[in-house]
Amino acid sequence: MKSRLGHSTRREFLATLSVGATAVLVGLPAANATPESIATEIKKLYGDKKIVEGKIKLDLPTIAENGLVVPMGFEVESPMTATDYVKAVHFFAEGNPNPQIASFRFTPMSPKAAAAIRIRLAQTQNVVAVAEMSNGDIYTAKKEVKVTIGGCGG
Amino acid sequence: MRAAKFRNPSFFPGIKFMADTPKPTPRVRMPATAKAGEVIEVKTLISHEMESGQRKDAAGQLIARKIIKQFSVSFNGQEIMTADWGSAVSANPYQSFFVRVPESGTFAFTWLDDDGSVYKAEQKITVN
Repeated sequence: MKSRLGHSTRREFLATLSVGATAVLVGLPAANATPESIATEIKKLYGDKKIVEGKIKLDLPTIAENGLVVPMGFEVESPMTATDYVKAVHFFAEGNPNPQIASFRFTPMSPKAAAAIRIRLAQTQNVVAVAEMSNGDIYTAKKEVKVTIGGCGG
Repeated sequence: MRAAKFRNPSFFPGIKFMADTPKPTPRVRMPATAKAGEVIEVKTLISHEMESGQRKDAAGQLIARKIIKQFSVSFNGQEIMTADWGSAVSANPYQSFFVRVPESGTFAFTWLDDDGSVYKAEQKITVN
């Protein structure tokens, strides 16, 4: 459908855009992380230890318009004393080119096992958190983030 | 628009634009005073492109990875927290976290670049 002035209509223009976007996606190397590769990464860290859901509060948007800058905050439930504290919290991206997002190592000097950063997400995917306590217990949590514009490649 | 071509860096061959080699500038925001034992939030930001190693240049060549891989904070020489950053950390990385202020002293913040460069910032705090 052409408009009277001979320009393509908004609908046609959008269709062209989406075809272009698909082409770009297909052109990317298909080596993205997957839920399975994340499981492998976690296994590398903690072997066959039992991992329980809970204790981690994730602060991530349900919908991220710009995958280049997604605010991410977290807090792990813990008294943070010399004998009972959070040793490490690891973050993984199920649909990014690299599975690792970031890892945080805390000490009993940290009053809270909490922090906030800004991350890149290539596409709609789950962000997975794994927290290691000082007594060896391991907890996990995940949240899906819908990404409108991907934050990698280009 | 005539002015547009002047904004294109390639219009000036041989001139190196400042944007090509920015020196990372750390910024730290936290209170200057606190009560003994108080928990305060610290917000940090450093200007850095965090080149992921995934992008391609105009010629289709992969642009080499160059990111800040580690951020750490200590108080009077004692380690409080360390963050290992991957390529999924956004450009101009922002990091906020919490610290306890046991006494007057100095917080030291360190950013470690892939290329071995170390960027530092310090912030004094007074317990009143």
